[in-house]
Amino acid sequence: LLGIFFNVHSAVLIEDVPFTEDDFKDGPERIYGLYEQVSYNCFIAAGLYALLGGFSLCQGRLNKRKEYMVR
Amino acid sequence: MGSLFRSEEVCLAQLFLQSASAYSCVSELGERGLLEFRDLNPKVSAFQRRFVGEVRRCEEMEKTFTFLQQELRGAGRVLGPCPESPRAPLAREALRVQEQSEQLAQELREVSRNRASLRGRLRELRQYLHVLREGQRFTSWPAPLGSPPRPRALSERDPLLDPSLHQHLDRKINFVAGVIHPWRVSAFERLLWRACRGYLVASFMEMPEPMEDPATGESITWVIFLISYWGEQIGQKIRKISDCFHCHVYPYPESEASRADTMSGLHSQIQDLSVVLEETEQYLAQVLDKVTLALPTWRVQVQKMKAIYLILNQCSFDVTEKCLIAEVWCPVRDLTQVQDALRQGSYKSGSSVECFVQRIPTSESPPTLIRTNKFTAGFQSIVDAYGVASYQEVNPAPYAIITFPFIFAIMFGDVGHGLLMFLFALWMVLCENSPSLRQSSNEIWLTFFEGRYLILLMGAFSIYTGFIYNECFSKATVIFPSAWSVATMANHSSWSSAYLATHPSLTLDPNVTGVFQGPYPFGIDPIWSLATNHLNFLNSFKMKMSVVLGIVHMGFGVMLGVFNHMHFQQWHRLVLELLPEMVFLLALFGYLVFLIFYKWVKFSAANSLEAPSILIHFIDMFLFTSNTGNLPLYQGQVPVQTVLVVLALASVPVLLLGTPLYLCCRRRVPRTGPPAPVATEEQEPLLEGQEAGNSVNATKEDVESGGHSPDAKHVDFAEIFMHQAIHTIEYCLGCVSNTASYLRLWALSLAHAQLSEVLWTMVMRQGFVRLSYVGGVVLVPVFAAFAVLTVAILLVMEGLSAFLHALRLHWVEFQNKFYVGAGYKLCPFAFAPDTWE
Repeated sequence: LLGIFFNVHSAVLIEDVPFTEDDFKDGPERIYGLYEQVSYNCFIAAGLYALLGGFSLCQGRLNKRKEYMVR
Repeated sequence: MGSLFRSEEVCLAQLFLQSASAYSCVSELGERGLLEFRDLNPKVSAFQRRFVGEVRRCEEMEKTFTFLQQELRGAGRVLGPCPESPRAPLAREALRVQEQSEQLAQELREVSRNRASLRGRLRELRQYLHVLREGQRFTSWPAPLGSPPRPRALSERDPLLDPSLHQHLDRKINFVAGVIHPWRVSAFERLLWRACRGYLVASFMEMPEPMEDPATGESITWVIFLISYWGEQIGQKIRKISDCFHCHVYPYPESEASRADTMSGLHSQIQDLSVVLEETEQYLAQVLDKVTLALPTWRVQVQKMKAIYLILNQCSFDVTEKCLIAEVWCPVRDLTQVQDALRQGSYKSGSSVECFVQRIPTSESPPTLIRTNKFTAGFQSIVDAYGVASYQEVNPAPYAIITFPFIFAIMFGDVGHGLLMFLFALWMVLCENSPSLRQSSNEIWLTFFEGRYLILLMGAFSIYTGFIYNECFSKATVIFPSAWSVATMANHSSWSSAYLATHPSLTLDPNVTGVFQGPYPFGIDPIWSLATNHLNFLNSFKMKMSVVLGIVHMGFGVMLGVFNHMHFQQWHRLVLELLPEMVFLLALFGYLVFLIFYKWVKFSAANSLEAPSILIHFIDMFLFTSNTGNLPLYQGQVPVQTVLVVLALASVPVLLLGTPLYLCCRRRVPRTGPPAPVATEEQEPLLEGQEAGNSVNATKEDVESGGHSPDAKHVDFAEIFMHQAIHTIEYCLGCVSNTASYLRLWALSLAHAQLSEVLWTMVMRQGFVRLSYVGGVVLVPVFAAFAVLTVAILLVMEGLSAFLHALRLHWVEFQNKFYVGAGYKLCPFAFAPDTWE
């Protein structure tokens, strides 16, 4: 969700974008670029979490099946 | 229905039970769980009651059951719960249960004893076998009998004294063989050497397999010893020493052949014994199976029986009529059900005369009964935690269903946190029938589970207030476009880049056209989260909101008192108490609310510089002064305020003296009437052969106290006056302090907002700092930390804190306007299934 919000250049999240002084020159394109980079980071993190979640789900199902087989 | 509005009507009734059918009638009543029995024999000790023999019998049976359960546990079996709930047994069945249980216990004891002795015997035989086997290694013939003795090199396995060599020495070699505890070996050896020096040969050898020690039950590797000696006295010494060391000594046959015989004999004995032991174990398992099947039902039955006899002990026995009389508190609605139950009980016990129930009047205050379902039970319990409602008093629970979550939400308002709380409660509600959730032994979990509907509503309301405060994990949501326009302001003031660079914070002036385009449709404008004076605006808003809500809540509480006054037919209290209370509250604090709303409506951004301060006006109102710098809100404000203050102050003495004077006047009028009729009225016997008084317990003194002496009147008046004075002071001072107390709504919501903002800034923002793609990986643990801290601090800690403060506001500020809460609950006699293990 955060990735989507950063991608849309939400003004509320302005303080979360790591900008420096000279990013403010030459119009807002630089700031938009920064927004997008942060949004890509968020998407990566979300993807990693999805991987972890899927992995743990698979392990859980495997363990349950193993319990049935042992009995 | 209306049973949640105030407690149900409960009456005192008398049950007349035939002695023959008393047991089954009480059993029926217990199954339905309708009545609370009163103890009619409070002065009789437990040993002198009527049915003490039966109770003792039940307790003996319970002792047997405990023994059986211990045996089961020792064998590692688990006792399952009783599948269906059996009824209390009749006398014949109870006898059968007792016989069977005792028989099983006896069998179990015998079988266990047999098994223990068999095991001990088996152990001894095994030890003997080992001794023989090991000892053979030392005393085995190295060569056949006929061969001439020839010198051999001494090897470890040879005995130091070859018995064959010493045959002609005319000394007989004797052996002592046995088993000793490994810790005592060295001491044993030393003592033997000192005592019988040179005349014996001792060899020690460990047993190949460990065996159980009969004394301690742990398995130890015993040490086998074989002592070869000659001479009788040495033999006696050795035997005495081995006795001292608690060794098991076994007879060691001398010749090889007899040793072989003994060993084979031992083998067969061991085999036989093992077979017998196996069969014993099987039989024991069978007995335990029987116990497992029957025990749960028995326990429930005997517990029910004991409960019934305890109840029967509380009834009084009317010897002349051969029936038991019981006094019960019964809800009026259930009287027909009670009659039905009695009829069934009489029918089951086969008696011809029916038992019946009769209602009797009473002057005591009956217990409170409020029927709840699973949804309202949580709210009723938080009201009851403060105090159970007095009989037929207005119940604040139905209003608490809405006001409590709402006040909680004001202090908690955040969409994200509210959503999490709502989902958690939803999961609990949807899975509420799963047994693993219900039968957990964790107390904290059970507390949360009981309040799942409470948490559900709290979460839902928090989402609503979160949208109003426009906070979602401390970030504002821009659902509608913001009403403030920065571009217009920039164009109007013609801010240049140089100007922007030198001024870090700039103001948006709403007086300039186009900057402020009207209020935000729902909630607080999201632009405020970017503003530096965010808190200034929000504080003023939340403070006023808290005060308004507080006064509305308290006014509602005072109005609820109307229902109480009307129900108890105390019309004088309507005029003499309710009216001055409302006047005081509205004149002072209702006026404050009016001022707040008026200022919100009347003044806008245009004249904001000259807007008067409500606080200063309010203070001036009480001090009867005026402040020139503070403009009046409307024309004629000063005289209006003076009138209101005078009204409020006038209502105080009315509140203070009104009710006592009225009651005093009312009592003085019929004072000339004789007190005697009052006593004779109560002396009318309701049944033949019954003592005076409403209940069997009433004594002569109670009846005579109906006629008061005049001295008591004065005492009463002073008491009433005192009570009213306390009430007045409490109310008036309470109005002021309680209004201020509602400001905690503001304080806690501010705390929550700031905490979530700090959490976001300190934790989550660190995840966005790195711009390369490594930042994405770093974000994973950062988010995990953020999530954990959110749940732990913001949800749990803040949730509990807001819950507590909302509860306090309800209990103290709301309920002390009308609630007495001095009742006691109706605890019906019922066989509740969850009281059994």
